[in-house]
Amino acid sequence: MVELQDIHKRFGQLEVLKGISLTVDKGKTIVIIGPSGSGKSTLLRCVNHLEKIDSGRIYVDGELIGYREADGKLRELPARAVTRQRAEIGMVFQRFNLFPHMTTVQNVMEAPIHVKHVPRKEALEKARDLLARVGLEDKVTNYPSQLSGGQQQRVAIARALAMDPKVMMFDEATSALDPELVGEVLRVMEELAHSGMTMLVVTHEMGFAKEAADEVLFMDAGVVCERGTPEDVFDSPQQDRTRAFLGALREPSGLDQSGPGRAL
Amino acid sequence: MNFDTHFFWQYLFDSGFVHGALVTIVLAVLAQFFGIVLGLIAALMRLSRGPLPILRVIAWVYIWLFRGTPLLVQLAFVYFALPQMTGNAVSLGEFPSALIAFSLNEGAYMAEIVRAGITSVDSGQTEAAHSLGMSGWLTMRRVVLPQAVRFIIPPTGNEFISMLKNTSLAYYVSLQEIFFNTNQLASATYKFFEPFTIVSLYYLAMTTVATFFQSRMERHFERGFSRVVQQPGAMRRAVLAGLHRG
Repeated sequence: MVELQDIHKRFGQLEVLKGISLTVDKGKTIVIIGPSGSGKSTLLRCVNHLEKIDSGRIYVDGELIGYREADGKLRELPARAVTRQRAEIGMVFQRFNLFPHMTTVQNVMEAPIHVKHVPRKEALEKARDLLARVGLEDKVTNYPSQLSGGQQQRVAIARALAMDPKVMMFDEATSALDPELVGEVLRVMEELAHSGMTMLVVTHEMGFAKEAADEVLFMDAGVVCERGTPEDVFDSPQQDRTRAFLGALREPSGLDQSGPGRAL
Repeated sequence: MNFDTHFFWQYLFDSGFVHGALVTIVLAVLAQFFGIVLGLIAALMRLSRGPLPILRVIAWVYIWLFRGTPLLVQLAFVYFALPQMTGNAVSLGEFPSALIAFSLNEGAYMAEIVRAGITSVDSGQTEAAHSLGMSGWLTMRRVVLPQAVRFIIPPTGNEFISMLKNTSLAYYVSLQEIFFNTNQLASATYKFFEPFTIVSLYYLAMTTVATFFQSRMERHFERGFSRVVQQPGAMRRAVLAGLHRG
C-alpha cells in the first residue's frame, strides 16, 4: 500500500533522510522508533508531501506522491493534484491540530463536506458514528478547548478517518499527552490496527508496538538501523545503537518505568 | 474662563453638528469597510506563494505608496490632481474623493494588520487542513481566516477610531463633515471655544460607541477559544435533537 524507495531529504546543508526504503503492505501496521532528530517525523511528512523530497520515490496504492516522472526526474505536481492525493492519506499530529473554532462534530464533518462534497446530513451521521467509535458520542457539541488532551486526540483520529483514507499515519500521537490519557488513545489506535487499517506509526510507546505492530523500524540519524518484528527488535536487537536507545527508553533516570502505556 | 454656556447649549444639537456627524460616520464606516476589503485582498496577494511574484509585487508597492505618503496628500491628489491628470475626464466631488482616498489609505494599513493576523494562526492548523485534502484557498477560508479574525479585531478597532478622527481632514476639500461645519460656525460667530468643545464632544461620543462595538465583536469571536461553557445555539440544538431522536 505504501512504498518508499531510497528517500533522501535535506534541510539546507543538513541531510535528515539518507536513503530510507520501506514497504507497508495493506492492512499492516509499521511502527518507527528512534531518537529525536532521527528523521522519523520528517519521513512521515514526506509521505503526504507536507515536506518535499530531494530524491527517491513515494508510492501510495501504486500512485507516485507529490511528483510525476519526467525522463527519470521528479517534477513537482501542481497543488491541486497534491491536495487530491492528500485526501487519501490520513495523518494524526502530536499536537492534535483540531480546529478550535468548530465543535468536535464540525471538525470531523469539515473535510468530507468541503473536499468530497458529501451531503451535510450524511456527513453528520458518519461523524457521529466515528465519534462514537472513538468513545466520544457525548462530546459532539463541545469545542476542543473543553476537552482533555486524550479526548482531543481521539477527535483528531475520527477527523482523519472521516475521509476514508487508504493509510493512516500517526506522528507521535501520544507524546504530548499526560501519562494517564495515553492509554485511551492507544486503545483506539490498537482497535484501528486490528480492524485492518494500513498504519504507519511513529511512537515511543513500546507496548503499543508489541501489541499492534507487524514490523518495527529503528531509525537513527537519517537511516534505518534495524528492522524486524517487535520481538526481534525489542527482545534481541542486533545493533549497538538499537540496544543503547532501548536501554535509555526503558530506564531514562535509572528508575523502573513500568506503568500503563509503558509496560514492556 | 470665557465660556459662553448659553451659546454652548444653543448650538449643541444644531443641525450643522448633527448632519456633519452623520457625514463623518457614513464616510468613516464606508471607508473602513472598503479598506478592510482592499486590505484582505492585498494581504492575500502578499502572502501568495505561487510561482509568479507579480501579485506579491503589486501588493507590496500599493502598501508602500499608501503608507508612505500622508493621507492629506492622497486626498489632495484624488480631489485636485486627478482632474488635471486625466484632462478633466475624471473629476470627483468632495465625498467620493474623500471616500476613495480614505479607503485606499486604510487598505494599506489593513493589509499589514490582516497579514499579521493570518501569520499568527498556528501553522499546525494549515498542516492539519492540508493533510485532510483541503486546498490552500479552502484552508484559508474555513480554517485560517476565522482564527485570524481574533487577532485582527483589536488593531482594526484602533484603525476605525483613527478613521473617525481622520475624516476631519476632508475639511480640506470642503466636504461638509462635522469639523468643516464647526469651522464655518466659528468663522460666522467669532466664537471658537464653544464650537470646538462641542465638536470634541461629538467625536468623543462617536469614538466611545466604536470602542463599545469593538468589545462586542471581540467577545463574539472569542467563541471556542476560552474555556467558558457555551449555551447551545440554534444549530447545535438541532444536532442534539437529531441525536436524541436517533
